[in-house]
Amino acid sequence: MGSNEDSAQSVNGSSIKITDVTQDGDTLTFAITSQKSSSSAGVCVFRTYEDFEWLQQGLFSQEDVPGLQGVIFPPLPSKPLPSTSLSQAKALKQLGFLALGDEWMIYCKALELYLQQVAAHTTLSKSKALYSFLNSSESPGKQCGKKGILNRLSQAMEEMRKEGHKDVDEFFQSERDSSTNLSALFKLSTEKFLDVVLNKQRLALACGHFSTSLHLCVNQDNPTAVAFSKICLKLSDIIEAVKINYEKVSDNDISTLGLGLDLESRYQEAKREMLFRRTCKLVELETANRNSERAKPNKKAIMEGVQKATQKEFDIISSVAKQEIEHYHRDRVSLLRDFLICWCEKQLSTARESSALLSQHLDACKKFAV
Amino acid sequence: MAEDREPPPLADAVQTDFREVEEGEDLFVSTVSTLSPTSPEPASFPAEDISTNSNGPKQEILLDDDQEDLFAEATEEVSLDSPEREPILSDGPSPAITPVTPTVIITPRVDALFDRSLDEVKQISINVLYLFSIIQAFYFCLQGDGMNAYMAYKVTTKTSLSLFSRNEFSVKRRFSDFLGLHSKLASKYMHIGYIVPPAPEKSIVGMTKVKVGKEDLSSAEFVEKRRSALERYLMRTVNHPALVKDPDVIQFLENTELPRAVSTQALSGAGILRMVNKAADAVNKMTIKMNESDAWFEEKQQQFENLDIQLRKLHASVESLVCHRKELSVNTASFAKSAAMLGNSEDHTALSRALSQLAEVEEKIDQLHHEQAYADFYLFSELLGDYVRLITAVKGVFDQRMKTWSKWQDAQVMLQRKREAEAKLQYANKPDKLQQAKDEIKEWEAKVQQGERDFEQISKNIRREVERFEKQRVKDFKVVIIKYLESLVHTQQQLIKYWEAFLPEAKAIA
Repeated sequence: MGSNEDSAQSVNGSSIKITDVTQDGDTLTFAITSQKSSSSAGVCVFRTYEDFEWLQQGLFSQEDVPGLQGVIFPPLPSKPLPSTSLSQAKALKQLGFLALGDEWMIYCKALELYLQQVAAHTTLSKSKALYSFLNSSESPGKQCGKKGILNRLSQAMEEMRKEGHKDVDEFFQSERDSSTNLSALFKLSTEKFLDVVLNKQRLALACGHFSTSLHLCVNQDNPTAVAFSKICLKLSDIIEAVKINYEKVSDNDISTLGLGLDLESRYQEAKREMLFRRTCKLVELETANRNSERAKPNKKAIMEGVQKATQKEFDIISSVAKQEIEHYHRDRVSLLRDFLICWCEKQLSTARESSALLSQHLDACKKFAV
Repeated sequence: MAEDREPPPLADAVQTDFREVEEGEDLFVSTVSTLSPTSPEPASFPAEDISTNSNGPKQEILLDDDQEDLFAEATEEVSLDSPEREPILSDGPSPAITPVTPTVIITPRVDALFDRSLDEVKQISINVLYLFSIIQAFYFCLQGDGMNAYMAYKVTTKTSLSLFSRNEFSVKRRFSDFLGLHSKLASKYMHIGYIVPPAPEKSIVGMTKVKVGKEDLSSAEFVEKRRSALERYLMRTVNHPALVKDPDVIQFLENTELPRAVSTQALSGAGILRMVNKAADAVNKMTIKMNESDAWFEEKQQQFENLDIQLRKLHASVESLVCHRKELSVNTASFAKSAAMLGNSEDHTALSRALSQLAEVEEKIDQLHHEQAYADFYLFSELLGDYVRLITAVKGVFDQRMKTWSKWQDAQVMLQRKREAEAKLQYANKPDKLQQAKDEIKEWEAKVQQGERDFEQISKNIRREVERFEKQRVKDFKVVIIKYLESLVHTQQQLIKYWEAFLPEAKAIA
């Protein structure tokens, strides 16, 4: 592959945008635009979730990428469940924050981030699958993909046992330990935050009901009734303002910190999976070592060969993994930072708006003598 | 005894004037002990709320006719020479209407409340028409023990009215005393058409928990709820121009010892209302349909029916709001904890600090939600609840009028019969029986006249009462809305502070 071909293929990661989503029955179709880094011409393609899965599989099964198993693959969000087929509760369980927000906006944002992360990755961005995904007018998802690396963490118990296997390298052992711990904590925090946000939405609804009930208290029978009606209407406006505030606050939560926590949780999982793959390789290596030692003279040469090859693979995976982990730490911090700042700024702005509006109401109410 | 105590001067002094009382020690005999700074504070928004007239008389004079548009900018001029000056000594329309709202909105983090296990002193304040009266429900439980223990409330009154023998005085009262007072007033005044404010409900469950010494959130909340309810009840009662003059009321406020009210089961708010309802049923069962000569009454009754339904609906809405708000507080606290754990486990220093800061911010926000829930509850929910009960009392009064009318009608029927009987006797030639018949006629004529007078009196009273009630309602709601808005604004401003403090932390993540 010459450099010409490379540059012709490379995409400008930050230009990838999901500009539209349409729903047809249970299927969502996403409109994705992107630009190559060499030109400003944009390409627009239409993809479904199956296409994304195809892409992910394609990335897993790249050949001639040494140490591919050491790569932390950007996590693909779970399959979207259009609410026509399933209840809100199920969608929330499956997708968490990505199920919230209007018109799949948050979900699209998550997909967009996924594509951007793939395109930003030194190794993965070169994959033909990515190029095809972003540029081919045909939908690639129908093609039968090669089976590549499977995510094994969700597999049988005997595989799970390997996760606890002691490491030979201190760096990796500590990474594995902290990964397990942090991953659980982030998941927990994300769930708790989701509870808070859903609660705020319920509160907004309750305010809406209260506001409506107040609106119905209008009565013109006599001067006092008129006065009372005015009060009720005033209060109705105030409660309406409170409701709108809660809606805004929860929208802010969802689109910034919620999304950020969700992403962080999934990325933690991806890191854990990579570490698990390496651990499996370690187990394989240790088995090969034992076999080699115990081999009968006639098999010894073969066993040694296997042992050497496995050692080589393991070393490459470990060195790739080390790099990946460093990048991961750097990237996640900057990602969380951005989300936290964004969250704070949005909430601050909303609080200021709300405060100004309520103060106005207060002044108006105080103006008439009690 | 009681009068030696200096009642805390103002509502905003509540947080500093609590006395610590030893178990079993009589409040009024103990030596002055140091005040505790950790007593529950009122919400951080101004405690100098409008209802307590914390600045004395000049704020509370209100004109009788509320004719201006409520939302107009004009302020009212009040003349101190106006006839309102001597309000309660006349039977005329009540001029000064004091809004009835909780004076101190206690937003305890209840652990603070229980720092001295119910020995703490809480106060209710009533403001009696230029009278500065703080009902400080000093509940110092544990007179007696176990199930015999009871909560006592200290009622402190400051007054300038000559009705009372002193300017300042405090008394100790039990819940059953309040119920006793209400039952006496109801029996004296309801049948002549006065709207007697209903007393708070008994609650066996709540009280038992407190007695058993269950020091938890629900017990503290229950006690505060009750204290606040008693405060509002007393405020409404003494705001009534006729009721405040009643010797039972004066006795209640002044006398050190009160005869223990018995059979409070029957005297509870619910009990009285049951009596009223029974009366209403009895009236309805009588097939006498009242010929309403006065359309006003018919209209009013219908209006109150509608209002009842509306208020109940509003009350339900607010309860739901309070519930969600409390839930939010719990969920926020839970999130704060998990964020704190994250902060501890995170390796990256700046990120770890930011996450810990996040946890702190969320904790503070949780506190805000909690306080807001209290505001929701004590401002709106309780107000609406009070008014739902008040309307039942109003309906009761209307029914009393019907009863009075029907009594009058019965008297007329009786008189007619007596006249007919007498006419018959005229021809029967039985002189002594005739005399008796004539006497009876005289008797029943008097009854008819009395019946008519009673009916007119009750009608007149009701008109006046209803007018007063309507004005009170408007005032009460107005005051509450302003307070509520203040709490909302305060919450937002606190939020702004928290976010402004957090932003640099987030930006500092390298």
